[in-house]
Parts: sequence; C-alpha cells; structure tokens
Amino acid sequence: MFFEDSVLMSRLLTFLTLGFHIIFATVGVGIPIMISMAEFIGIKKKDPHYTLLARRWTRGFTITVAVGVVTGTAIGLQLSLLWPSFMQFAGNIISLPLFLEVFAFFFEAIFLGAYLYTWDRFKNPIFHWLLSIPIVIGSTLSAFFITTVNAFMNSPRGFDVEEGKLTAVEPFAAMFNPATPSKVFHVITSSYLTSAAILATIAAFIILIKKGTTYHKKALKMTVTATFIFAIATAVAGDSSAKYLAEYQPDKLAAGEWHFETEKSADLVIFGTLNENNEVENEIRIPGALSFLAHGDFDAEVEGLYETPKDERPPLWIHYMFDLMVSIGFYLVGISMLFLIFWKVKKWNEYNKWLLTGLAVIGPLAMLAIEFGWIYAEVGRQPWIIRGFMTVAEGATTSPYVGLMFLLFLGLYMVLGIGCIVVLRKIFKNNPAELELESRYPNVKESDKE
Amino acid sequence: MSYEYIGITVLWFFLYGYLIVASVDFGAGFFAYYAKLTKKDHIINKLISRYLSPVWEVTNVFFVFFFVGLVGFFPDTAYYLGQSLLIPGSIAIVLLAIRGSFYAFESYGSKDNSVYMFLYGATGLLIPAALATAMTISEGGFIEETANGVHLMIGKLLSSPYSWSVVLLAIVSVLYISSMFLTYYAHRADDGPALEIVRKYALFWSSPTIIASLTTFIALSQHNPEHYQKAIDLWWMFGISVAFFMIGLFLAYQGKYYGWAFIAVMFQFFFAFFGYGASHLPYILQPFVTITSGATNETMGVTLIIAFVAGLFLLIPSLVMLMRMFLFDADYVKGKK
Repeated sequence: MFFEDSVLMSRLLTFLTLGFHIIFATVGVGIPIMISMAEFIGIKKKDPHYTLLARRWTRGFTITVAVGVVTGTAIGLQLSLLWPSFMQFAGNIISLPLFLEVFAFFFEAIFLGAYLYTWDRFKNPIFHWLLSIPIVIGSTLSAFFITTVNAFMNSPRGFDVEEGKLTAVEPFAAMFNPATPSKVFHVITSSYLTSAAILATIAAFIILIKKGTTYHKKALKMTVTATFIFAIATAVAGDSSAKYLAEYQPDKLAAGEWHFETEKSADLVIFGTLNENNEVENEIRIPGALSFLAHGDFDAEVEGLYETPKDERPPLWIHYMFDLMVSIGFYLVGISMLFLIFWKVKKWNEYNKWLLTGLAVIGPLAMLAIEFGWIYAEVGRQPWIIRGFMTVAEGATTSPYVGLMFLLFLGLYMVLGIGCIVVLRKIFKNNPAELELESRYPNVKESDKE
Repeated sequence: MSYEYIGITVLWFFLYGYLIVASVDFGAGFFAYYAKLTKKDHIINKLISRYLSPVWEVTNVFFVFFFVGLVGFFPDTAYYLGQSLLIPGSIAIVLLAIRGSFYAFESYGSKDNSVYMFLYGATGLLIPAALATAMTISEGGFIEETANGVHLMIGKLLSSPYSWSVVLLAIVSVLYISSMFLTYYAHRADDGPALEIVRKYALFWSSPTIIASLTTFIALSQHNPEHYQKAIDLWWMFGISVAFFMIGLFLAYQGKYYGWAFIAVMFQFFFAFFGYGASHLPYILQPFVTITSGATNETMGVTLIIAFVAGLFLLIPSLVMLMRMFLFDADYVKGKK
C-alpha cells in the first residue's frame, strides 16, 4: 500500500506541514507591515481609530504567530527527519541562510515580545511604533533567507562535485543564485498582498453584515489601498519569475503552460483540458502571449517541454495551479482598483453590496493563490529535490514509519487549526471594536467622520 | 582553535542557553498546573505568567538555533539523527507545538482554561524527557546501520537503565532550575506568599537533582565506560559543579541573595554540561559522527562563524533590552505595568 512508501509519505507529510505552515508564515510576514502602517497613521493623524486597528490586529497576530512558530519548528526538524540525505548534502552548501533565518526570527521574536507588552509604557507613542520596525525587518528577512534556500533547490549554485565529493563551496554564490531575486520578490510581495487582503476581508465582512462604523470603513479603505499596491507589485514579481523560469527552468514553465513544442511566437494557453494524445482542448488561447510572458517579446522563441527527457518532466496538472494563481491575482488587482475608483468618484457608493461582497472573499482567495503558487513551484521542480543533482526519492528517509507520523501530524494540525479559530473568535467576539474604542478612547465620538 | 571546535562550542552554548531558559519555562508550566491542583494558583500563577508571556518565543528560538546550527556545522548529523529519530523527534515536535500554541491560546485568548493548563503542565515534563533521548542516543549503542539505512533500536533504548536515568535527570533538573529561578523572581517582585511556595519547591527538588546526577554517572559507567573514563579525567569540572550546587542551595536555604543563588545554579549546570560535552568529544554521535569526520567544509564553517558573530552584535543588545524591560524592570515584575 502507498502508506508504506516512505518517499511518497515523506512528500505528503512535507506537503501537509508546509501547506499548513505557509498560511501562518504568509500572515507572519505580511501583517507586521500592516500593523506598523496603521500605528504610524494613527500617530500622525492623531486618529485613535488607526491606533485601535493596530492594537486589535496585533492581538490576532500573536495567535497566528504562535502557530507559525511551532509549525516552523516542525518543518525545521522535519527537513532532517524526512529528508536526511538531502539535508546532509544541502547542509554543506546552503546552511548559511538557514542559520541566518533563525537569527532574523530571533530578532523578530524579541521585539514582538517587547511590542506586545509596552503599548502604554511610553510617553511619546512614536517610541512604541519604533519597536514595530525590527519586527517588520525581522519577518521580511526571515522570508528572504528561507526563500533563498528554496531558490537554491531550483537553481543550485556555489559548489562543484568531483568524484562524488563536494568541492569549491561558496556559501554566498549558493544563496544568491539565479532564482533568488525573482523568488524573493514574489514571496515577499505576495505575503504582503495576502495579509492586506485578509484584513480587508474582515473589514468588508463586518460592514456587509453589521453595517460597520467609521472604524471599519477606515480599516477597509486602508487595507484595500494596500491590497491594490501589493497586488500590482506581486504582478510585477510574478512576471519576473516567469522570465527567470524561461531562462533557467524552461521545463517548469513549459509544463505549467502546456507548451510542448519549441516555437516562436508561442500562444498562452489558459485552462483547457488534455486529450489522450496530449493535445490541448477547450482552452482559451492568447496568440504570442507566452513569448511575451517569457521574454518580453511576442515573437521570441520559447522552449517546449519535449526538449526535456521524459523522466525529468514535471507532471502536467500543475498547469491548473498556475492558471488559478494568476486568475486570482488578476481578480485582486481588479476588485481593489474598482473599490478605489468608486471611492474617488464622489457620486458612487463604494460601500454598495456587490463591491463589498466581492471584497469579502479576497482574503481566502489570496491565501488559495499562495497555496496554488507554492504547489506549482514545488511540484514543478519534480522529480528533483536539488535540480540536476538529487531527486526527491534519493533525498527521502528510508524509515518505514512515515505513514504513521503523517497521521500524527494530521491530528496535530487539526487541533492547532481548530484551536486557532476558536481562540480568534473568542478574542474578537467578546470584545467588539466599538466597545473597545469607547472604553479606551472615550473622547472619540461617532460623529467624528471624515 | 579550529573551526570545528568553535562550531561545537557555539552550539553547546546555545544548547546550554536553551537548557536554562527552557527549564524555567517547562518547570513553570508544571508548577502552575500543580498549584492549580492544590488550589494555590491564585498565589503564584500571576507571577509565572508575567515572566513567561513576553519570552516564550525567544525560548523556542534557542532550540531551533541549536538544531539548525548542528545541521549547518555537522551535516552528517542530519543524516544519522534524521534517519533514526523520526519517531521520537516527531513526538517531541508535537509536544512542543501543543505546548507553544496552547500557551499562546491560553494567555492571549481564553484565561484559565483547565485543559490548556493541563497540557501546559504535562508537556513541561514530557518534552525534556523526549529531548533527553537525543542525548542518550548520541552515546552510541542504540543505532544500527544496515543496508537499508540507519535505524533506531527502540527496544534497546527503552530497556536501557542509562536511558531512563537521563530522563529522570532531565525532569528533576528542570524542576530544580525552574523553582530556583521563580524563587528569585518572586523575591524581586516582593511577593512574599509566592516566594514562600516556590522556595519550598526549590529546596524540595535540590536533593533529587544531585542524586539523579550521580545515578546517571553510574549508569554511564555501565553503558559507555570509555566516555565515563573521559568524564572522570575531567573530574574537576564536575567538582566545581557540585560546589556551586552547595552554594546555591545554601543561599536559598538561608533565604538571602536569591539572585546569587540562581547564578550559582546556572554555574552548577554550566560546569556539569560542559564537562559532559567535553568528555563526549571527539564523538558527536558515537560511533558514526566525530567532530572532524562530520564537519562541514571549511568555507562554510568559517562563514557560519562570521555570520554568528555578526548576529550576536544584533542579538545581545536586543536581549539586554528585553531583559531590562521584563526581567529587571522592578515595576513590571511587581505587576505595576
């Protein structure tokens, strides 16, 4: 049975852990910058609404950080437990950023503790805000370092193998490999985007259900504006990722795009199905667009999947992962732009039901896009764990108990997931924003609308 | 000193740091639950949470640091320990995960939930027991390498007196370190009733600590005579450790200088831990990985050391800031902030 297949189960357990961790990791990278911005606006405008936003976001954030920390510890150890041969090999070359990532997180954890417990300690609130800066830097640097490790798996550099032995190891060349810039850019912007979108979802949802107050409307405006900016940035980053792939991992791009024959002026295939002869049917086709995506030129030649040996091709279903990710990305740009237009045009009501409904889903959608994009990135690297040097099968443990551990961790993540939701609901349900505003800032009146 | 030795020393310092801060945390969880059972929680639990709330994530990082650093400096350990520790390692992860997240759920979310409190107390003892197993395995004799790869001999591990003596030592040490720290912290907070309770805990757990240490030594002499002999050659390290134990106990018994008493406890464990570590060398994982055979290439080793030193410049000021805010800020400790 597949349960005894330690390679497959190692993959599934890693998928489970990372698929769960990535939710909290994404939020962990993106929420600090939103909190920091809200607190800063609150101080500059002397507007307690924004300060309260920062406070309440922080409270929710602590819960997600806790889950992020423990699942991050889990994946940190699982890398060695499930992929011992991979870590033995990669540890020699790419352990620097792993090591630095812990430093960055250490730094973040220290300041997070300080930030949480010192809201009212300083006479001048700007000092409290300053404590948020190291959190933003620390969390973003964590994302940077860990992404370089993933980049290394895609384009390994900084070493030579001579007669089975590693030589000429250059830690910095390994870290700053060709995949690093586009990957780091894409991961960070999409984390910011997703975090802004989740916060926007909360605001839109409350306005939709309970009408909401000035507080929620300010929250919505701020978060949707941030969503729009980060969505544009993510699109640019995604484009640079495609151009990276075209140059260094053409097989991954080709599999993702269902581009089989090398040709000039290649069409972009959107969705569709494959028949038994691997011919694309029912698709939407944009002439020349793949060439443009890959090389910025509608006539450029794009390498097809048939150039790659058969046993080194990634599975073709990743095409849907790519398309879903990109579709959601476009939706996020569109809906946030629409809101901004409705807001700026005086006659239109930006709080109309349809727009709010459209915004109420962007958080979960953005998180789905993160998952799809990540699956595309990881499965698209198959069969390699370190491209060109070690396959996934070679890297995995030979322990027969991985299936059992899979069940153990499935249980753990269910408990953590449910616990997280229950606690978050409890925190906010028993303490709605209006009440907290009144008790903390009794001088702010509801008539205080802009 | 060659880079391998610098590497292992750095890692050992981090593990020592984890030993101290995590013991405080683990033991505090147990004491909090015990106090609840004996209806004394209203006296000491505020004190405990005031210290723990801002620092638990930092505690966790010490551990992550150690194992990431271990894989970085000695990649071969990733292979041998990773292959053999799948089950105990996974159990430790699950316990750590439950403990960390439920701590956060409890302290930021729903106060005084008794299930959370129980989990928090129970994991406080189980995690040190699980992690101590890794130490035991490093002594050799519990891992076999066959054509199918590396495997842990679980039956042998569970029936070994040495293995159980290490577990016992880990648990009582945790309780001793933690209660000595809490005594100091209660004293700083001028919290008389809490001080009385935690000081009793500290005095109570002192003799089991020293007895468990001796038992472990005896069990080691049976399990790994070679290592035992090397430890005996470093007798003075353990002698200093015992001397500091006496000092700490004496001060706590006198009821004065609790801060010094805790520092004495830190030195007690410092000398014992480094004595153990030094006599363990050259093996990291007997007999598969030694400090030279398992080390990373020189370029990576040196780069990691440089990164480490650079990182310290960032971390030490931040840690000092955190300690001044929460540990040494008298008003915060007393609950006025």
